[in-house]
Amino acid sequence: MSLITSLARLEAVATGRAQPAATVRHRHLSQRPLVLVPLTTAGEAGAPLGALVGTDRDAPRLLVVPQPRDRDLRFAFLADLADIVLPYIEGYAEAVEAAERTETDPETGKRVKVEVELCADAPQLIVPSRAGIEFVRLLGRSMRFRRTAEQEPDTPYPAPPRVPLLGRWLTHYGERARVPGSALLLAATELLSRHWATGQSGLEDQHLGALLAWIDPPEGSSGAAAAREAELARDGDGQLLCPPAGPATDPAFDNKLLAPAIERYDRARTALAAAEDGLEADSRLGALTRAEEEIRGLVARVTLPTWDRVWRGLDLLRELPEGSRVEERWTRDRWSFTGHRDRVLAGEPPQPRRDDAVTAANKLAAREREQARLEAQEALDDPLVMAGRRLAGEAFAGEVTDVTMAYSEGKRPSPRPLVTVRTDDRPHLAERAKVYRSLGGRPQAAEFVGYADEDGERDADGAVVVLRIVDKMGRGKEPEEGSVPVKGDRVCFTLFEHEQRGGAKLPDPEDTPWTHGGPPGEPVTEAADPLTEEDVL
Amino acid sequence: MPPPRTTPQRAKALRHRLAELRGPDVPAKALDARALAALAANPGCSRRALLDGAGVNKAALASALGAPSAFGQSQFALTRGNAFEVRVKADGGAELLRLVREKLDPGAEPPERTYAPDLTASGPEGRTARTALALREAVEAGGWTLLDHPMLALDVAGSPAFLEPDAVVVHPDGSWTVVEIKSFPMLDGSADPAKVGAAARQAAVYVLALEEVAARLDPAPEVRHRVLLVCPKDFSNLPAASAVDIRKQRAVTARQLARLTRIEEIAAGLPEGTCFSPELPAEQLTAAVEAVPATYAPECLAACELAFHCRDRSRTAGAVTSLGRAVRAELGGLTTVEDVLAAARGESGDPDDPAVAALRRAAALRAEALAEAAESRSGELRGAACP
Amino acid sequence: MSAPQATAAEAAFDPGAAAARATDAILRDTVEGPHRGVVVDSPPGAGKSTLVVRAALELAEAGRPLMVVAQTNAQVDDLVLRLAEKNPDLPVGRLHSSDADPYDKALDELPQVRTSAKAGELTGLPVVLSTAAKWAHVKVDEPWRHAIVDEAYQMRSDSLLAVAGLFERALFVGDPGQLDPFAIVGSEQWAGLSYDPSASAVTTLLAHNPELPQHRLPVSWRLPASAAPLVSDAFYPYTPFRSGTGHGDRRLTFAVPSDGSGPDRVIDEAAVSGWGLLELPRRHTPRTDPEAVRAVAAVVRRLLDRGGAATSERSPDPAPLTADRIAVGTAHRDQAAAVRAALAELGVTDVTVDTANRLQGREYDVTVVLHPLSGRPDATAFHLETGRLCVLASRHRHACIVVCRAGVDDLLDDYPSTEPVQLGTVVKFPDGWEANHAVLAHLTEHRVAWRP
Repeated sequence: MSLITSLARLEAVATGRAQPAATVRHRHLSQRPLVLVPLTTAGEAGAPLGALVGTDRDAPRLLVVPQPRDRDLRFAFLADLADIVLPYIEGYAEAVEAAERTETDPETGKRVKVEVELCADAPQLIVPSRAGIEFVRLLGRSMRFRRTAEQEPDTPYPAPPRVPLLGRWLTHYGERARVPGSALLLAATELLSRHWATGQSGLEDQHLGALLAWIDPPEGSSGAAAAREAELARDGDGQLLCPPAGPATDPAFDNKLLAPAIERYDRARTALAAAEDGLEADSRLGALTRAEEEIRGLVARVTLPTWDRVWRGLDLLRELPEGSRVEERWTRDRWSFTGHRDRVLAGEPPQPRRDDAVTAANKLAAREREQARLEAQEALDDPLVMAGRRLAGEAFAGEVTDVTMAYSEGKRPSPRPLVTVRTDDRPHLAERAKVYRSLGGRPQAAEFVGYADEDGERDADGAVVVLRIVDKMGRGKEPEEGSVPVKGDRVCFTLFEHEQRGGAKLPDPEDTPWTHGGPPGEPVTEAADPLTEEDVL
Repeated sequence: MPPPRTTPQRAKALRHRLAELRGPDVPAKALDARALAALAANPGCSRRALLDGAGVNKAALASALGAPSAFGQSQFALTRGNAFEVRVKADGGAELLRLVREKLDPGAEPPERTYAPDLTASGPEGRTARTALALREAVEAGGWTLLDHPMLALDVAGSPAFLEPDAVVVHPDGSWTVVEIKSFPMLDGSADPAKVGAAARQAAVYVLALEEVAARLDPAPEVRHRVLLVCPKDFSNLPAASAVDIRKQRAVTARQLARLTRIEEIAAGLPEGTCFSPELPAEQLTAAVEAVPATYAPECLAACELAFHCRDRSRTAGAVTSLGRAVRAELGGLTTVEDVLAAARGESGDPDDPAVAALRRAAALRAEALAEAAESRSGELRGAACP
Repeated sequence: MSAPQATAAEAAFDPGAAAARATDAILRDTVEGPHRGVVVDSPPGAGKSTLVVRAALELAEAGRPLMVVAQTNAQVDDLVLRLAEKNPDLPVGRLHSSDADPYDKALDELPQVRTSAKAGELTGLPVVLSTAAKWAHVKVDEPWRHAIVDEAYQMRSDSLLAVAGLFERALFVGDPGQLDPFAIVGSEQWAGLSYDPSASAVTTLLAHNPELPQHRLPVSWRLPASAAPLVSDAFYPYTPFRSGTGHGDRRLTFAVPSDGSGPDRVIDEAAVSGWGLLELPRRHTPRTDPEAVRAVAAVVRRLLDRGGAATSERSPDPAPLTADRIAVGTAHRDQAAAVRAALAELGVTDVTVDTANRLQGREYDVTVVLHPLSGRPDATAFHLETGRLCVLASRHRHACIVVCRAGVDDLLDDYPSTEPVQLGTVVKFPDGWEANHAVLAHLTEHRVAWRP
C-alpha cells in the first residue's frame, strides 16, 4: 500500500470519516445503469434464491425462487431475469455511429482501414460487491450452454427461449470485468473503495454497508461506529440490521426465517397437488400463494437495503467530476459491447468453457496493456494519484528555472532545447532515461541529461534536473509556439509512458505451435451440463 | 527440531492446567477445520494457540465477551454437504475408492470388494487407538480399505490435538491417502483457489499426524503426499476429484508446528486462577483474555472466532495493523495511528529517520494534490457561474 | 556448521566427469536426437552459458541454421561476445530493436558480427541472436531448423507462443530456481491449463510434450563446497546438485588482520565458512534502513581495505579481491541506490550494487546481501519469493555475507504461508516461507553481532 493511501486511511481513523483516495471519478458511470442485487442458496453452486434488478431506483423488480432446488422454478427465475436484462442490453444495440477500424485484409495481408459500426453507448451493469461479479460469471456459465426446445426438440429439460442468450451476455460482461479500467460491469464496493480510503482494512471494505458507513455516516455518528453497526448489529430476532450484500445470505436468516418459510411453501405445494376437487384446490392455491408471498417478502427484506446502498453509492460517486481520460476508456468498452453484439448477430456459438492457448495469451496481453494504460491515465487525470507516483520516484513536478536552445546534429538540425527543472521530488532517473509530460493531452518526450546542482548530486530536498526535449515541437527549425516550456512554468514529468504500444501479433489459433499443443482443431459445440436427478437432493 | 519429550508427570500436569483454563466441567473441543485454518493464518498468535491448545470453545467465549463471532452455518449448506459426503461414500466407498485409484494409483488392481472397518470406540483416545489398529490391519490384509472418519492425534505445541479427516484410504501396496470431501464446486475442472489452499493445509496436518502413526509400524507404510480432494462436479451433485500435491503445505506446517511456543510456557505466564469458562462474567473473561497477548490482523476475521474481540482491542490501542498488515510496510518503527499522524504532521519523530521523512513527504504531497484539486474544482464552478 | 567430512560417495564423485557426461548427453540429444525439444535444468553456475555456446557452435558446424532466443538485450550481447570469443570465424547476426542504443557497442568491433533491426538483412547467417520480444515481431516463410531458448524458465508461456512458429526444433536451457516470470494482472482463470499464458515457457512445453528428454547439469562450478548443499537443499530439494570443487579447493584470505569490529569479524567468519550473518539489533525500519545500509557499505569497504586474496582452481596463485569481484545485492531499487550513495561516501565507486532481478546470471567472488526481510514490519509475497532469495544467495564463488536485523524468524511466523492453490498446476518448489526459514537457520550458525 502506498504511503499516501496509508496516510489517508489513518486520517480516516483519526477523523472518523473516509478520506479521498481520488479527486476525480476514474470510472465511467452510465446515465441509466442496470443494478442487480442477486442472492444465492448456501451450499449449492448456481442455485439463485432471488434478485432485485432494474434501472429505476424507486421501482426495482423482485425475482424470487421460492424453492431453489426446483429446476422449473429456477428456469422461471432465469427467464424473468432475461426478460428484464436482455431488453435493457438490446436497447443499446441499435443506436450506432460510424467508426474506423484497422483490419488485416485476408487477401493481401495488408493492414487496411475499414468502416464499421460502433454502438453510441453501452449498457452498464452494477452489482454490490466483488462476489456479485463472480456470481454474474457463474450465472453466465450455468446458462450459456443450455438448449432451448427450439434448438434441440429432444432435450430433456429445455431452457426457456432467451436464457442461453442471457448466459452469453453475462459471460461477456463477467469476462470484460477482468479488464483493468473497464466499466461494463462494476461492483459498488470496488468503485467506492477506489475513490475513498476508510479507517478499516481492505478486507473489511468488501462489506458494502460498512464501507458506505465510513464514507457517508449517518448524522451524529462516526464512521467507525456506523461501520461496526452495519457489520454486526442484529434485531431482537437475531437478524442483521444491515443484511450482507450477497450473493451469500446470513446463516441466521437462512436457519431462522428462510428455511421454515420454504418448508411451509413445500407443504402448501404438496397439499395443492393432493387436492381432490376444484374448491379444495382453490383454497390450497391461496395457501401456496401466501407461502410464496412470505418468501418474496423475506427476500425483499434482505435485498432492499443493499439496493438502496448501491444507488446511494452511485450518488456519491457522481458528485466527483469525471477524469478527463475516462471517456476514452469507455469508448473501449463500447467497442467490446459492439463486438459481442456482432458475434451474437453472426450466429457464433457461445463462449467455450476454456480459452484456447492463443485466445488466453491475447487476453492476457490486452489486460496487461490496459493495466499500464489505466495506471498512466489515472495519474495524469488526478493529482492525488500523481502524488503517489511522485513519492515513488516515478514522476516529478517542479518549476522550470532555465531553458537553453540547442539543436540536434546532422544535415537538418532539429530543435533539442535543454530545460532545467527544480523539483522537490526525488525521481529515480537512470542515465539517459526517457521522461514524458502531457502537452495538450499528448505525451511529449524528453531525455534526462543530468543533475545541475552545484556538486552534481541530488540533495535531500530534491534535485535540479536537466532535460532535453526531443519531440512534439513541429517540423521547423524553431519549435512551435507553446511546445517548449518557458522559465517559471510548473511542469510535471513522468518516468512511465503515457500511451501503450501494441504487442507482437500472436499466431492464429489454427497455427498454434507444437510447444502449445498444436492447433486446437475444429471448435466443438460445448455440451450442455447434464441435468440429472442427482441435481436435486 | 523435535519437541522435547514430555514425561507422563508433565503431561498430566499440563492436562490438569488446561482443564483449569477451560473451567470446571467444560469438555475440550477438538481441533476442527476452522482451528487448523486459524493456526495456519496466524501461527504466531499466543492467544489463539493457548485457547485452541486448551480446547476452549472460542465461539462460546466470544459470545460471553460480548463480541460474538460471525461464523455460522446455513442449514441448507449443512444438509447439502452431508448428503454429498454420504453419496461419495455410498456402497462401502466403492465410488470413492474408484476415484482414489483413478487419480492417484492407476497401476493398482481395481477394488473388487470394499472394506470399511468399524472405527467406533469411546472417547478420542479410544478412537485414535482404534484407527491405528485398523490402519495396521488394513496394511497387513492388503487390498483397498476405506477408513471413514478416522481419529488421529498430533502434538500441537506440547498438547495432544485430535483430528478427524473425512476419510483415509489404504492402497493395496500398503500406502495411505488422505481424502478431503468439500462442498464447494469444481467447475470445469477448477475450484476456488483460496478454498483449495485451505483444504490442502488442512490435509497437510492430517498427513503429519498419519506419518506419526506410520512411523510406529515396521516397516513404516508410505503416507502419500498427494491427497484426494472431492467436490461436487459443476452444478451437479456428482463427485469430481482432483489430486492435490501437499508437499509444500506439509513442509510449512511441520516447521510451523516445530516453532510454536509451547502451551506450557504460555500458560505459565498467566496469573493464578485464570479461567476462560463462558459462565464467568464478561469483565473477568476480558481480563483473562487480555492476559494472553494476541497478534491481531484483519485476516483473523475469516479464521478465528475471537477476531471481533481482538479487533476492538487492537483498534482501541490505535494499532495500525488493524488496518491491515501491509499498512505497516513503510512505517518503520511507528505502530500506532497517533504516532504516525503526529510524525506526518511534524509534531514528533526524528526527521532523520527515513520513515518519518517519507511520511512528511507523503503528507506534503497529499496536501498539495488535494489543494490543487480543490482549486481546479472551484475554478470550474466559477467558470460555470459566469459563462 | 560441522567440519566437512568426505564420505565414500563424495570421494568417488568426480564432478568433471559427471558434468561432461551430462553435457555429452545433452549435445547428443540436441544434434542427433529424434525429439523436437530438449530441456536442460541448470542450477546456479553450472555452466549454462558454456553449454549454450557449445551447442550453438555444434549446430552451426552441422550446417543447421540456428536462431537463439534470450530474454534481455544484455543476455543476447553476452552470448554474442562468448560465441565470437570461441569461434572468431563464425558469422553471427545480432537482431536488435529500433530503440536508441539497442545493443552493446562492443559488438561493432567484431567484424564477423552483423547487426540489424531487420531480420531480412540477416538471412543466410549460420546463427542469429535476439531477444524473445524482438523475435516476436519477425515473420518468416521458412522456419529455422533449430533454436536455442536461453533462460527458458524466466520466459513466459505466451512469449514462447509468439516465437515458437519460427523454429522446427529447440534446446531449452534455464535455471528453475530463479525468479519466475510474472504478469501485472491476474491470470487465475487460466491456472491449471497446460498453456496458461502466465506460466513459464518450460511448464507449458513439458505439459504438451511430456516425452521430451529432460537433462540437468549436475555440478555448480560457481558455488563453493560450503554453499552448494544449502542452496541445493533450500531451493532445489527435488533436483539436487553438487559443488564442482571440494572444501579445500578455494581459499579466501586477508592480509590485514581483523580490528575486532562487526564487519571484520563477519568477513573472517565468511572467509572460513563461506557464510556470514551480520546481525543488527532488532528494529522495525523502512526499506532504506540507514544503519543496515551503512553496515553493508562498511563491510564492502573493509573487504577492499583488508587486502583480500582468493585462491581457487582457476587461479592457484592468490588473486587480489578487487572491487569488480564484489557485488552487493538488495531486494529493491531504492535500497540499491542508498547502498551506492553510502559506498560513494566511503570512496567506493566501482562495486556492483543491484537488485536480485539484475544480478540473475552474474558471478562474483564475494557478495554482500541486504536481507530482503531485514527490519521489515511485514513480509509480502514479493519478499518471500523463493527465487529472489535464491538469486541473492547463489552469486558467489567464495563467500556470501548477509546483513540483517534480528527478528526475521518471528516476522516469518507472523506472515504465514497461506497461498491459494490452483487445481491442476504443477507445484513449484519449495515454498518461499519455508526456504526463508531454512536459509535463516543456516545463517544463524554464522552470526556475528553488529559492533561498528
